Amino acid sequence: MSADWKGAIDCDVHPHVPNIDALKKHMNEYWRETVEVRGITAFESVAYPPNAPITLRPDWRADKAKGRARADTDAGRTAAALMDRHGFAHSILNCLYAVQLIRDEHMAAAFCSAVNDWMRAEWLDRDPRYRASIVLPLQNPELAVEEIERCAADKRFVQVLALAMGEQPLGKSHFWPVWKAAEKHGLAIGIHAGSSYHHATTGSGWPSYYLEDYAAQSLAFHTQLGSFIAEGVFVKFPKLKLVLIESGVTWIGPYLWRLSKFWRGVRLEVPWIDRSPIEFVRDHVRLTIQPFDAPASGETVGRLMDQLQSDEMLLFASDFPHWQFDNDDMMPVGIDATLRKKILIDNPLATYARLV
Amino acid sequence: MTRHVVARAADLPPGTRKKVSVENRDIVVLNIKGELFALSDKCPHKGASLCGGLLTGLVRSDGPGDYQYERKGEILRCPWHQWEFDVRTGRSYCDPRRMRLMQFPVAVEAGASVVEGPYKAETFNVSVEDDYIVLDVP
Amino acid sequence: MPLDDPMGPAITTANGKGSAAPNRLAVIDGDIHPAVRSMADFKPYLSKRWWDHYETYGMRRKHGSSNGEPYPKSAPLACRRDAWPEEGGRPGSSLRLMQEQHLDAYGVEHGILGPLGNTGQGEMNLELSAAMCSATNDWQRDTFTRPEKRLKGGLVVPYEDGVASAKEIERCGADTDFGQVFLLTRSSEPLGSRRYWPIYEAAERYNLPIGFHVFGTSGHPVSGAGWPSYYIEEGAGHSTSCQTVVTSLVIEGVFERFPKLKVVMIEGGFAWAPALAFRLDKVFERLRSEVPHLKRRPSEYIRDHVYFTTQPMEEPDDRRHVLDIMDWIGWDKLLFASDYPHWDFDDPFRAFPAGVTTEQHRRIVAENGKSVFRLN
Ligand code: FES
Repeated sequence: MSADWKGAIDCDVHPHVPNIDALKKHMNEYWRETVEVRGITAFESVAYPPNAPITLRPDWRADKAKGRARADTDAGRTAAALMDRHGFAHSILNCLYAVQLIRDEHMAAAFCSAVNDWMRAEWLDRDPRYRASIVLPLQNPELAVEEIERCAADKRFVQVLALAMGEQPLGKSHFWPVWKAAEKHGLAIGIHAGSSYHHATTGSGWPSYYLEDYAAQSLAFHTQLGSFIAEGVFVKFPKLKLVLIESGVTWIGPYLWRLSKFWRGVRLEVPWIDRSPIEFVRDHVRLTIQPFDAPASGETVGRLMDQLQSDEMLLFASDFPHWQFDNDDMMPVGIDATLRKKILIDNPLATYARLV
Repeated sequence: MTRHVVARAADLPPGTRKKVSVENRDIVVLNIKGELFALSDKCPHKGASLCGGLLTGLVRSDGPGDYQYERKGEILRCPWHQWEFDVRTGRSYCDPRRMRLMQFPVAVEAGASVVEGPYKAETFNVSVEDDYIVLDVP
Repeated sequence: MPLDDPMGPAITTANGKGSAAPNRLAVIDGDIHPAVRSMADFKPYLSKRWWDHYETYGMRRKHGSSNGEPYPKSAPLACRRDAWPEEGGRPGSSLRLMQEQHLDAYGVEHGILGPLGNTGQGEMNLELSAAMCSATNDWQRDTFTRPEKRLKGGLVVPYEDGVASAKEIERCGADTDFGQVFLLTRSSEPLGSRRYWPIYEAAERYNLPIGFHVFGTSGHPVSGAGWPSYYIEEGAGHSTSCQTVVTSLVIEGVFERFPKLKVVMIEGGFAWAPALAFRLDKVFERLRSEVPHLKRRPSEYIRDHVYFTTQPMEEPDDRRHVLDIMDWIGWDKLLFASDYPHWDFDDPFRAFPAGVTTEQHRRIVAENGKSVFRLN
């Protein structure tokens, strides 16, 4: 069956920095030399072990025999796998090069700039359909603002990117200068699964298995969502859109019931929250659909979708090259044609002000 | 509408409250700085007795970090899940349209007029010298 | 009782008359919190060495506070305003009031206790932790479960020390006054880690379920995202700490190793469970080569081993959503809990939404707990 994907906006595609040399080209002399002198080889995170099945779909992996690199290192092959094949209008690039691991905020800023410039040169310039998220040195909000200001003139950047697990929850006032700059430029805030590993990945410390680590990502999204709401970020910056990327989807309804119930009882602690958290979420928060944490049952998915009480919250995403689906099964079963169109096109357009 | 004598006025001085049962209804009568309020005692959420709740002020805000404390003592918080009810309107703060306490007209009447009726005062004797709290209950 | 009216018929809670009504369900309450009047109540149960130690150094847990809460609650001691005993002391410290206001009023046939506070759990000095836990268990027995047969104790163990915990289960586990082994969700390591296995081994041997109650002082923020600012975030976040526990127990293979173990998730709500099970199944499908010790899908272990207390009841705007959740979890896996005397208390007859059938309600409120809490 050939589903119609034409014009879709893929809100989560991961370009892979092939090696440190690719970034060095985009660094000044001091940092280029630092990389050499100090023997910096990479900043890659355990969040996606390169050989773990979930990290790369088999057909997008490197193939030594054929002399082929992994597909996500190349703008052309990535475009061929999705945009060309299905006629997507855009792919939004979220680079997961692990700048967040770096403890030195200045080095982090240098690497962020390099990553952003590398995306510009190797991806955005090579295919006009690409859009991208600005990778930020959130180690220091002032430096993050500087990076936004440096990149924002380029309208192909449509979002700023943070990870679900950082130093402190992202709604805290510490980060407000960053969100202010994002709002000013019409950039959405994207929070992607992943960690700076500056805290353990669970509330009870470090788990033994990678599987637990990956599963725990959705828990950090609970915290982030609660933080954005409770701290009043949307009250302070009413034009902001927050996109939760690769968070799963089905956790959010139940969490919001709980948050809203608490709000009724303890709202005097956060009196700036003058309506139910659910309403803030409907107005400001979006989620990408891959992975979609539900069984492949149309009936179950239908009931889960009903929990969202909104057809505007979901954004289409392939999560390329992560192995979330086989073949072309990018859309959960049980989503009707009207909703499907909203997810593929209308909702992303409404979320990313700079897409139009 | 029947008028019920529910207390001697002297027994409900400012800052006190009393739960009364009238026509099978539990009602909380509050004296807030000399002003009387009578509201359904049963929380519309899960039925706690509101008489055991705390009276606080209304907290408003213009934005994060801003706390404006108004109308001290006019918000009744449920002793269980802490929903706030405005004693002047009976409405809950968080869900004012759906969650609302029934309000009852309440007044102080002189003993002399109360003795003449038509009032119901099953639980105690009314004397002409005292003032009484009278509730209108449909 | 008809549940079509979500408010249900009124229960006269003020004077406990409700208990006299015939044909009332014999309620099993999975979460009641007893309290000491003051720490002196523990003194008779501690050796001089440990009492002196406590008096000199106090308790030290991984939140840095010796008095007061880093996230102050919404009410004093997070308690119902109407649960403070006239004779003084904190809510939960008066058996008389607990009987009158709760056990009698709601027709509670069995209440499972969960002692919180300075019980020794999470204390960093492991020997003090063990001594305090033993004291808590003995105090609980003398003060609550012996005088009031409807109450069953929560056997507290110094869980950061698995071996000492197993010893405490050995000491008390045969006593049918205890209905569960009681742990907190926020432990120093994920609760499926091997250091905790001696607890599960001993509990399984005594046919005691493990109750995992929210709270605890792990020293870690509620998730990897860092420390939130507000109580609303901390409170709502308890459901994430429950998810950490379930994930860890399943993935680290606890249920493979202890196939008869039953666990009860307490006070974290339950609506999160289906989404978690969906997620774990999905990730497992991709990453099963990493965890070859698992023979079945995560959702199957959850289905067989994990029970959920219903409090604080989930209250979505559309009640069908919570009915779906209850359906997915299974009506045999949900256990009523009141959380008496805490502020987010649930009433067994008013907490549940319309649409829960009389039979489903009976199972949750009066039936499912029997086999879980060793009440048969
Ligand atoms: S019963 Fe009053 S707020 Fe829940």
